[in-house]
Amino acid sequence: MKVKVISRSTDEFTRERSQDLQRVFRNFDPNLRTQEKATEYVRALNAAKLEKIFARPFIGAMDGHIDTVSCMAKNPNHLKGIFSGSMDGDIRLWDLATRRTVCQFSGHQGAVRGLTASTDGRVLVSCGTDCTVRLWKVPVATVMESEESLHNSSEPLAVYVWKNAFWAVDHQWDGNLFATAGAQVDIWDHDRSQPVNSFEWGKDTVVSVRFNPGEPNVLATSASDRSITIYDLRMSSPARRVVMRTKTNSISWNPMEPMNFTAANEDCNCYSYDARKLDEAKCVHQDHVSAVMDIDYSPTGREFVTGSYDRTVRIFQYNGGHSREIYHTKRMQRVFCVKFSCDASYVISGSDDTNLRLWKAKASEQLGVLLPRERKKHEYLEAVKNRYKHLPEVKRIVRHRHLPKPIYKAASLRRIMADAARRKEDRRRAHSAPGSRPKEAFRKKRILQEVE
Amino acid sequence: MDEDDEMDMKVKKYLRGESANLEILQDRKLKGQLAVREELYGKSAKAAAKIEKWLLPSEGGYLEAEGIEKTWRIKQESIAQEVDILSTRNQYDIVLPDFGPYSLDFTSSGRYMAIAGRKGHLGILDMKNMALIKEFQVRETVRDIAFLHNELFFAAAQKKYPYIYNRDGTELHCLKEHGAVLKLQFLKNHFLLATINKLGQLHYQDVTTGQMVGNYRTGHGRSDVMQVNPFNGVVAVGHSRGTVSMWKPTSAAPVVKMLCHQGPVTALAFHSNGHLLATAGMERKIKLWDLRKFEVLQTLSGHAKTLDFSQKGLLAGATGSFVQIWGDLAGSQSYDRYMGHSMAKGYQIGKVAFRPYEDVLGIGHSKGWSSVLIPGSGEPNFDTWVANPFETPKQRREKEIHSLLDKLPPETIMLDPTKIGAVRPTRKKEKPTNPEREAELEAAVAAAKDIPMKKKTKGRNKPSKRAKKKQEAVEKAKRPFLEQAAKEEELSKEKRKRISEENELPKSLQRFTRKKAKA
Repeated sequence: MKVKVISRSTDEFTRERSQDLQRVFRNFDPNLRTQEKATEYVRALNAAKLEKIFARPFIGAMDGHIDTVSCMAKNPNHLKGIFSGSMDGDIRLWDLATRRTVCQFSGHQGAVRGLTASTDGRVLVSCGTDCTVRLWKVPVATVMESEESLHNSSEPLAVYVWKNAFWAVDHQWDGNLFATAGAQVDIWDHDRSQPVNSFEWGKDTVVSVRFNPGEPNVLATSASDRSITIYDLRMSSPARRVVMRTKTNSISWNPMEPMNFTAANEDCNCYSYDARKLDEAKCVHQDHVSAVMDIDYSPTGREFVTGSYDRTVRIFQYNGGHSREIYHTKRMQRVFCVKFSCDASYVISGSDDTNLRLWKAKASEQLGVLLPRERKKHEYLEAVKNRYKHLPEVKRIVRHRHLPKPIYKAASLRRIMADAARRKEDRRRAHSAPGSRPKEAFRKKRILQEVE
Repeated sequence: MDEDDEMDMKVKKYLRGESANLEILQDRKLKGQLAVREELYGKSAKAAAKIEKWLLPSEGGYLEAEGIEKTWRIKQESIAQEVDILSTRNQYDIVLPDFGPYSLDFTSSGRYMAIAGRKGHLGILDMKNMALIKEFQVRETVRDIAFLHNELFFAAAQKKYPYIYNRDGTELHCLKEHGAVLKLQFLKNHFLLATINKLGQLHYQDVTTGQMVGNYRTGHGRSDVMQVNPFNGVVAVGHSRGTVSMWKPTSAAPVVKMLCHQGPVTALAFHSNGHLLATAGMERKIKLWDLRKFEVLQTLSGHAKTLDFSQKGLLAGATGSFVQIWGDLAGSQSYDRYMGHSMAKGYQIGKVAFRPYEDVLGIGHSKGWSSVLIPGSGEPNFDTWVANPFETPKQRREKEIHSLLDKLPPETIMLDPTKIGAVRPTRKKEKPTNPEREAELEAAVAAAKDIPMKKKTKGRNKPSKRAKKKQEAVEKAKRPFLEQAAKEEELSKEKRKRISEENELPKSLQRFTRKKAKA
């Protein structure tokens, strides 16, 4: 007969010296593990609770301005720095790690309306209501100088005066030109004191301008006649235009999918469009209760942050209809500008109460260097929570956010009004001849017309 | 191609069920996300199958007879001659005739064994070193013993109440609420101690908080046959009427009641996959049940005072002084005789238990306990994070904390544990809407009109009479719909009247109006 019995020698299964790691043997057979789904569900519940315990998104406020922070700019070459301009003409460069002002650029006589940094990060361009465009030299921070050069101011490289007040400025991602928005869209070169080119469509003020990250010659603007226009610098006339029902305050292109952009609108929604097909919005992001003032995409292209007049900052998924996260503080008043940091970990908001605030993009994230084991554990908890986040107990915990009372009331009021309008429409359709009242998609409803 | 089939079967095992049907989804975004996930599952199942084929450190045991030899005639002595010395140490007989029939229990890693003699002898042994950790006398009848979550704690069912002891022999708890317990079982994932006592009452107690989770009367009197199904955590109790009832801690009525035997049920055992149940009755039959369909798969003949399934699916049954082992070898779905072991004549076997992760069967009998080798019964490869026979104290502490964090609430015990997280099927609409009802009415009228009329003769076939007959048929078809509409109209009128009544009354009297509408 042939016989074999399981016999394990202790040496093979235990470590030799106490300096060695313990030996781990795996057998992934499902028969060894009972009630896997229940265990995963319990872990998902615990992970959701832990996430809420560790959710402390607010890192700090940077104060120094004496008037509303009206615009911000990211420096593409320096992760730690951010520029901010305020309504009294004060421009500052902040160091995010210490949350202090590194450098002050004074010179503007009125409000600073737009800030942008050049492609190499050496030149800062600012424009304001005093009809000037100023170029500044950005101080390169070295280890030695960082102590001494606090609060020093630098002189502008150049001051260009033009005919009308400016509302916004943006620099090409990969070139030497920048565009300003005012009575019309002007294209400037760094060295010329007059705009190189000028675009106009209609007689209304252009309110914001953004260059496309993928195509250096394409830019999107929004005007106070409720339109969004796409321009191509190589052609002499604008390319496409879509008119909506309400004005768009700000636009941001998706850096990972450069044909898509999202527009922050006065009617509390953000509309994502495909620039090639403007007759229908790709997605409508609804959650704010007051006008959305500013929008910025994360460098991953998967989320964007919006700041709104209702004193909150929200983070949305790029394809999601509702916000994933909301940040608010009693002290933060109307939010006028927001930026996502270049490493996709932080969100900076500038608001009416003269402060810039630094928040974490993921509220319960552990910052700093993580051990590989910690990182794997976080990933596992995230995955198991996402698997069971549709079940009622887990969903209740994951969804729970504290809203300030005015926002909660305003949101429920909007919901009631929307429900009433929908019911009315349904009844009208039910009582009219079938087919005489077609259902209009919400994505199309807010668009009036598209013009070539 | 055999290899491919083998790999396919392995992959199927790791897939844990069928992949979802994504064709019926309307939502394209969701469909795309789910398709990506299904692909990922397929990949991980394939990787796990490959690991099982190539990377596992140990191989299972086997016993193959050559020529005209039969495996069930092979004795332990002949196995001992063929096997290495370390394994022969696992074959022994401990003779302790003074302390009565012995009951035994193993920890889930198979390393520690607890023994309980009827006359009060309790002890814990380390099976790796064959060392006695602690033994003591409680000077009372002990009917059963069970380890709790690790070797540090065990529960003994003593004469009046069950007690919980430490590894050092310290009595930690006396569980007075349980009464005189006959059988104890510990549910590992839920940290529940389930007991059945002399009065036939089932008690569930959470050993971490000390809370009594459930306390139910089985209704069928005293029974000392109780087992836990490791797959889903339900407790099965065998009764003297031949029925087996299955219980969960959240309901006072049993989940399942099945009539198994024509006499009392003498033993029960569950297979680790949760689908197979072996029951033994006093009428010399051992039945194997499929728990998905609750049907008998196979009937074996023989008595069994105690039954146990091994990790690899071998069934051991003992009666008198003879142990019989059945196995489903060669891939066939039926159990055949595999091995047998008979002990000296005076030894009455009380309990058999397979040792996890080893090819060893522990036998507790009236003169002590023994251990025999059963090749092919244990799982050769253990998983360190599930049960580790080579556990260090630090690993044991960490595991205890992790298992406490993953403690399942008692509500998760259900017959089909895969239902957790599944979506409930949508309920069909109960009342047809108005246009549907009108359509049905029209269809009924059209059907009535189509009925062929018998042509009468002898001057009775007048056209007016024919028309009247047809009209009557149409009215008859319409009648049920009109009656239903009238009934609903009555109900809504009553509701309206009641509501208006409520509004007419002054506010202080409104609480005395009939509240039937709200229910």
